[in-house]
Amino acid sequence: MLCKRIIPCLDVKDGRVVKGTNFINLIDAGSPVELAERYSKEGADELVFLDITASAEKRKTLVSLVKDVAKAIRIPFTVGGGISELTDIEALLKAGADKVSLNSSIVKKHDLITQASKQFGSQAVVAAIDLKFNGSKYKVYINGGREETDLIGMEWCLRAAELGAGEILLTSMDKDGTKEGYDVEFLKELTSMVTIPVIASGGAGTKEHFLDAFKNADADACLAASLFHFNILPIKTLKEYLHENGIVMRN
Amino acid sequence: MIALIDYGAGNVASVSNALAELNQEFKITSNEVEICKADKIIFPGVGEASFAMRQLHLLNLFSALRMVKKPILGICLGMQLMMDNSTEGNVACLGIFTGTVLKFDSTKTKVPHMGWNDIKKISESKLFTGVKNGERFYFANSYYVPVNEFTTAITTNDIDFSASLEKGNFYGVQFHPEKSGDAGLKILKNFIELC
Repeated sequence: MLCKRIIPCLDVKDGRVVKGTNFINLIDAGSPVELAERYSKEGADELVFLDITASAEKRKTLVSLVKDVAKAIRIPFTVGGGISELTDIEALLKAGADKVSLNSSIVKKHDLITQASKQFGSQAVVAAIDLKFNGSKYKVYINGGREETDLIGMEWCLRAAELGAGEILLTSMDKDGTKEGYDVEFLKELTSMVTIPVIASGGAGTKEHFLDAFKNADADACLAASLFHFNILPIKTLKEYLHENGIVMRN
Repeated sequence: MIALIDYGAGNVASVSNALAELNQEFKITSNEVEICKADKIIFPGVGEASFAMRQLHLLNLFSALRMVKKPILGICLGMQLMMDNSTEGNVACLGIFTGTVLKFDSTKTKVPHMGWNDIKKISESKLFTGVKNGERFYFANSYYVPVNEFTTAITTNDIDFSASLEKGNFYGVQFHPEKSGDAGLKILKNFIELC
């Protein structure tokens, strides 16, 4: 039986892992390669690297970072952040990444999802979608959560799946950094409507939050960052808890 | 020497890294002669079947891969391309194993089948020497090879499918051994040392 996945997320800025609250107040959390090795040893099922480096010039170092990470670990990993061209995707996959996560670029150019999934397979294309609730609707945000778009959350998720995305990485900006739990209501509706795997992101604070997302929202994977970086919740402890509660885990 | 086939549709970097970790000498190549001369051949694959087959034809590797005498291991799409044909792009494949590659039914299961899943060994295979029944490996596939006479291990999604195939010197695994931690490395090591 297919296992549910635990995915530590590493936000990378200028070659270092950082963590902030609601996309701001960044703190240095360590070296990407060292953290990747640590998580791989601790039993993470997969890793996600999101490059939040501001300048395009510095972002070019991402390919060499991916090469170093790919040498260090034997589990799959996804890379995202500022990827807008098929050639970027090709370079990252060739460097050893298994998937790319696309966010702002696919909002601006929907076709990129289809082109990328045709060329590299849908399993390599993750649609990363950042949502914020405005009191009546979930709106899609881009550019690291700084820019609101006209897109409605659920509509964009369904469209991304239809265009050929292999997975949806759904981040609730309202929950991100709060440690109040994932947006289980939205996730539940989403997983009932799409047939591709969904990764829950934003809000994990306790092991119960993971169970909630797996059990009550049927998420396929749960992503978290600071909980793991600062060792607040060891992956092993989390997985034991989930296993005891009937969630199928790899280890 | 191990030949690692690079035909523009495989995750060559990851397999290279795994072979390097196993301290193996290998050559990344798309040259027919180098492939045929190698002691072992690894045939990775990621992406779309009809695109991958076109690449094999363009590189003039179609006949060579069908006729190699040395052990060859197809990984993921590489294994699927060893079948007669695939419904992904409706393409004729290498025809080493009999049968058709099918797509998972998205009304019954999530597609792609993505993540860690367990294998059940159903016949003796050197590839799985020292690997426990029920061991978990990393999969990322929307298409699958139905269980057939060459299946050596089964994985269950909504239905059972071939996790591995074997016939003479031809081996295939649907999962990614290069991305499956220590168990995956063990599979590669077995292929290199025992097959």
